[in-house]
Amino acid sequence: MSRNLIIGAGLSVLFICLAALSFIWTPYDIEALDIPNKLQAPGGANLLGTDHFGRDILSMIMMGARTSIAVALVAVGIGMALGIPLGLLAAARHGSLLDELIMRGNDLVFAFPSLVIAILITAVFGASAVNAIIAIGIFNVPVFARLTRGAALPLWERDFILAARVCGKSAARISVEHILPNITNLMIVQGTIQFSLGILAEAALSYIGLGAQPPTASWGRMLADAQTLVSIAPHTALVPGFAILLMVLGLNLLGDGLRDWLDPRIRVARV
Amino acid sequence: MYQFKRFAASAAIGLWATTALAQDSITVAIQLEPPNLDPTGGAAQAIDSVLYANVFEGLTRFDADGAIIRGLAQSWDISEDGTVYTFNLAAGVTFHDGTVMDAEDVKFSLNRARAEDSTNAQKGLFAGITDVTVVDPLTVQVTLDQPNGNFLFNMAWGDAVIVAPESIADIASNPVGTGPFTFTDWVQGDRLELTRNADYWGAAPALESATFRFISDPTAAFAAVMAEDVDAFIGFPAPENLPQFEADPRFQVLVGNTEGETILSTNNKMPPFDNVLVRQAVAHAIDRQAIIDGAMFGLGTPIGTHFAPHNPAYVDLLTNSPHDPDRARALLAEAGFTDGFTTTLKLPPPSYARRGGEIIAAQLRDVGIETEITNLEWAQWIEEVFKNKDFGLSIVSHTEPMDIGIYANPDYYFQYDNPDFQVLMEELNATTDPDGRNDLLAKAQTIISEDYVNGYLFELAVATVAKAGVQGLWVNQPTAAVDLTGVSWAE
Repeated sequence: MSRNLIIGAGLSVLFICLAALSFIWTPYDIEALDIPNKLQAPGGANLLGTDHFGRDILSMIMMGARTSIAVALVAVGIGMALGIPLGLLAAARHGSLLDELIMRGNDLVFAFPSLVIAILITAVFGASAVNAIIAIGIFNVPVFARLTRGAALPLWERDFILAARVCGKSAARISVEHILPNITNLMIVQGTIQFSLGILAEAALSYIGLGAQPPTASWGRMLADAQTLVSIAPHTALVPGFAILLMVLGLNLLGDGLRDWLDPRIRVARV
Repeated sequence: MYQFKRFAASAAIGLWATTALAQDSITVAIQLEPPNLDPTGGAAQAIDSVLYANVFEGLTRFDADGAIIRGLAQSWDISEDGTVYTFNLAAGVTFHDGTVMDAEDVKFSLNRARAEDSTNAQKGLFAGITDVTVVDPLTVQVTLDQPNGNFLFNMAWGDAVIVAPESIADIASNPVGTGPFTFTDWVQGDRLELTRNADYWGAAPALESATFRFISDPTAAFAAVMAEDVDAFIGFPAPENLPQFEADPRFQVLVGNTEGETILSTNNKMPPFDNVLVRQAVAHAIDRQAIIDGAMFGLGTPIGTHFAPHNPAYVDLLTNSPHDPDRARALLAEAGFTDGFTTTLKLPPPSYARRGGEIIAAQLRDVGIETEITNLEWAQWIEEVFKNKDFGLSIVSHTEPMDIGIYANPDYYFQYDNPDFQVLMEELNATTDPDGRNDLLAKAQTIISEDYVNGYLFELAVATVAKAGVQGLWVNQPTAAVDLTGVSWAE
């Protein structure tokens, strides 16, 4: 296993554990404001200090990790659930009108800058975590659809698919039983990358106030709240900033590492 | 009868003018940009911030402390029965386009403001006027349907400034007034420029020119002041940054009071807020000091009713609604909400609302009231909350001076309908005797406090950050205004 994979997996697991832990325990209750105790520097009773309402920042980071991961995970889930079947369908009906429709539809979605459309969606339907998930999820669909189709097309030319066709299997069965298992590696790697992009998108949306609404904790909003406090209490901005940085870095390293690790060609070369 | 002599103040302004040597221009930043430049047609405060006393003048005006002093009217007589006001106008006043300001312009302005199709945002100020008569070019007589102790105060508002029929068509983009500064240029989204009016009828201002800039983002505001891009920021949006400016010898920080009663606006017609017990419970759930400390970093004075604490008629009614969560829970139970309820909390952009909203949400949650917070931009807030009344709770600062009368309007967005209060307000309008007025105002404050119409939070403070050499800026904001007539640079 490469160093990338180990560091990436380590960071990702750390944040996932923090998020999981927040369901049963956080150092402090983040819904209880303790204003006399505001803007405490890190290191005292509050390990990472307190924010402008006297809330414990470590607890906020843990709850925020939960929001980020939930939003990104569901968004990737939407992308995969819709994108992969569409891609498989397009590959199976390669060259048909249906293929054209699916792929041009994807191009259409791709043509819009994703964050701008996400802003539009949340502005029209109201700012909430659910709308943020939908907005981010929609833009994951063409990514997975295109990748799936691209990877599936050469497989359709392969002999083992030909054998399956000769046996009389339907295109749908071949897609599920033979194509899908052969592109899973690719989907896992892409999923990891999209996951990190989802975390960034969620942070961006909540930074401009269109993500999860208070009192739900969110890293992006922690950053936004800290904007005017940077010069007097830098930790209020640095802590959520580093949380986003480390989580996204971890996921990217994990994606890179997984690609190398799962790719048979590189694996053979290494052996 | 009131007679005013020319003040020593104008002489002092003249002195400053001679001592100000090199620097005779100023760049002033405010948060919001005016949507148009017609103070008699638009409701936005930013219009007055830029133009009041600088470009436009009324018959009377507010001074820096909120007192009513003479404006274009140099003196006035009030008839025995209090219904006829005779204003003697200043002589030799011209508008910036060269036309003469006389009684005809006053008649035009007042009639325009009170006309059926008038778009004036404060038509109520002119409601009692039955007739405006020109006696001679410098004398105008205003007849009221009944005595109105507030009339001179009403005429001081930015909505009551004197405009000319010759220039009214383009007033929204090219304001022509009688003030000490003329409007030069407006680059929308960026800045607005004023130049000294060489033909000003009164004492000439010390400044040759002034530039207004509009910076709404608190971080950008901080950067602009720190980098000395602006000479003064009136209404600095981030109170947490003030200690840094105070510690920096390059700057001075002025903290003053405003007429802004910051309230937890409550939709009195929407269940369960139509129940006074529920409103009282909300009032007891609120911890004002936590809001002032948490949202405003200590700036602000707690209020127990809708009235400015620095006003002599203010009654301290904080004891009606001390922070007492147990009492709030008991009141909710008495009202039949043992398990609490859920409502909406719609917040406009200023930090008093956004931060205050999070704090209030936590305080209400503590007594069992869940709130769904929605952050709105101003335009959305005006539409959803102010016009459509589609809200449970909201937080907003009512910055109009002496605006307790809004509680007599059952159609106003918080929809308080109390006939007793409406009668009281009519009585107040008909009273000119100061003691009698104060008694009635005290009664009015007590009624709305004991009816818990809204959650009364605090009187908004205004912070001005300026370069150390700037002098003569208003500390308080008796009305939305950045009066530059007395501003100058120290040597």
